[in-house]
Amino acid sequence: MFGITHFLFIAVLLFGVGVTGVLISRNIIVLLMSVELMLNAANLAIIAFSRALNVMDGHAFVFLVLTVAAAEAAVGLAMVITIFNNRRSINIDKYSLLKW
Amino acid sequence: MIDTTAASIDFSIIAPEIALLAAAFIILVSVYNKKMRNLAPVIATAGLLVSLLIAIEQMGNPKTGFFGMVTCDDFTVVFKILFVISSLLILMFGRRYFVSKNIDRPEFYALLCISTMGMMVMASTTDLVVIFLGLEIMSVPLYVMAGMDKRSLESNEAGIKYLIMGAFASGFLLMGIAFIFGSSGTTDLRRIAADFQFIGENYQLYFNAGAVLTLVGFAFKVAAVPFHSWVPDVYQGAPTPVTAFFSVGPKAAGFAALLRIFNFGFEDMEFISDIFWMLAVLTMTVGNILALRQGNIKRMLAYSSIAHAGYILVAFAVGGSAAMSAAVFYLFAYGLFNLGSFAIITQLEIRSGCKSELSELSGLSKAHPYLSAALTVFMLALAGFPPTVGFIGKFYLFTAAIDGGFIWLTIIGVLNSFISVYYYLRVVKVSFLEKFEGTFVPVKYTPAMMAVLLITLAGTLGLGIFPEKLLEISRAAIFAFL
Amino acid sequence: MFEQLFPILLLFVVAAVLAGVLISLSIFIGRRTKLGKKGQPYECGIDPEGTTREPFPVKFYMVAILFILFDIEVIFLYPWAVISKELGMFGFIEMLVFVLILLVGYFYILGRGALKWD
Repeated sequence: MFGITHFLFIAVLLFGVGVTGVLISRNIIVLLMSVELMLNAANLAIIAFSRALNVMDGHAFVFLVLTVAAAEAAVGLAMVITIFNNRRSINIDKYSLLKW
Repeated sequence: MIDTTAASIDFSIIAPEIALLAAAFIILVSVYNKKMRNLAPVIATAGLLVSLLIAIEQMGNPKTGFFGMVTCDDFTVVFKILFVISSLLILMFGRRYFVSKNIDRPEFYALLCISTMGMMVMASTTDLVVIFLGLEIMSVPLYVMAGMDKRSLESNEAGIKYLIMGAFASGFLLMGIAFIFGSSGTTDLRRIAADFQFIGENYQLYFNAGAVLTLVGFAFKVAAVPFHSWVPDVYQGAPTPVTAFFSVGPKAAGFAALLRIFNFGFEDMEFISDIFWMLAVLTMTVGNILALRQGNIKRMLAYSSIAHAGYILVAFAVGGSAAMSAAVFYLFAYGLFNLGSFAIITQLEIRSGCKSELSELSGLSKAHPYLSAALTVFMLALAGFPPTVGFIGKFYLFTAAIDGGFIWLTIIGVLNSFISVYYYLRVVKVSFLEKFEGTFVPVKYTPAMMAVLLITLAGTLGLGIFPEKLLEISRAAIFAFL
Repeated sequence: MFEQLFPILLLFVVAAVLAGVLISLSIFIGRRTKLGKKGQPYECGIDPEGTTREPFPVKFYMVAILFILFDIEVIFLYPWAVISKELGMFGFIEMLVFVLILLVGYFYILGRGALKWD
């Protein structure tokens, strides 16, 4: 039987991949993508729970989270452009002015 | 008990937020017009003042609305007042800094208003969804503000680091909310608190996982060790008034949300106190020890803000109304003297070429005696000496901890305060004892800067001698929801 | 408490291990080619001229970023459209306020000249 645990397993797996990506990646774009992956893993969990509990709240919440993720992505990409203009690189290792 | 199901759409509850949003919108639309553009700080100040007045008006009149999503009790109002006052002070001393660095843009004032509004949203709800939204409304403008100095590489880096760490934290928080929602079927803390035993029996696993993940998310936001690694970089890289803004408002908002969630919603959770004392000990100790060897004042204040978050976390470990009202008191006090010290650093950094290194302070007492005297007062307050409000705040915190039976936690806290004396007094020592080198650069005070310094000084000393009123307010805030 | 949290912990460990394994597999087992001819972009067998990674004018990114924002905001219109009859006038006014907020953003973009192409 296909139950809530399966969805949760996928969600937590995606979340773990996102966390690992943030921790080990050196490219800002990949970092931003990993963060998005984390948010979307949480979205999946919310939707799964919402379906299991048979309530609609979760669906509305996911819309809000999507918007938040879009706002964060927009700000992040805008910053990447600024940094690239100043520095010609998006590799995070090169940002050593302030110790990471 | 407030009725949760009241389906009232009552806009008077969110009037302070609306005022701020209106101010931000007017600024954003007025970029067409050169003259209007220069009015941006005035519009923002007007919005903040209106918002402050409405918030004070809301005191003592608890209401809930928007299908139970927005709650406005005294706790909310006290925090709203704290946010608005800190934003007002930042606005007053920030302008000249931005002009001198040639980064004065009208957007900053709009972002400040929107971010303050997000903090208000965070404090004025018992619903996890709205807390998350408020957190994001607060954070996204902060990321932009950190990276505001587009040509400065440090500012760029601070912005992107803050964004990535902030979004990372949001991910944890969101996953936590998902699990809490899954185990309890609701995101309203009042219903979770009411059904706590039931949830505990049936969905212990998911619920505990959710609580821990939520705590991790907030630990990032309030800069608790071991989730503090972004703080020093962001504090150092961001423009100084923005750093001052980071260190007060968002932190207080994070603690307000933590208070709501863990001391109201999950009150009966057993292991939460253990987690909080571990966080508190780590945060205090690591913050203070790393602050010892910083040569940059902004970086030092960043670590000091981590340490102060640790002191406040002591109150969370202790729990109960006495400790909580001490935490609210401490947040207010910390806001005052921290903003004061940042105002002085801003004032000094306006001199060209200054990077707020500690050595730049040498001979300050000869060149600017009043400024260095004020700096001394703020440093003493940060270290917790009487008769400043810093002492009173720590006194209340640690008394509450002793009363709650956390004697060894108090001992660690007091030992940490002793460590912190060293690096705070080093600032005083450099400014008084070391010889002045280089050319004398006069510091021009603007009236706004004078006002900020006077307000923060008066607050630091005045509340240190007469703390009763503020204590009363912070007690009222806590009793509103306990 | 630990026993109860154990399955969740296990999930996280599995996730981390999986990510680690996938990455290390590609590092250790995956065949590595020395970037020579193979690293060059292939185009009809003719030697490439210049780099393929030409920087785009920043305008494209601007428009793309702004598009994401407005695109996502529109998803709120769908749930409203589904139950707009039940919500009636109230829902309509709420949506009007929402669109008005977006409009402020749009006017800001126009005022800043972010949509100008030349």
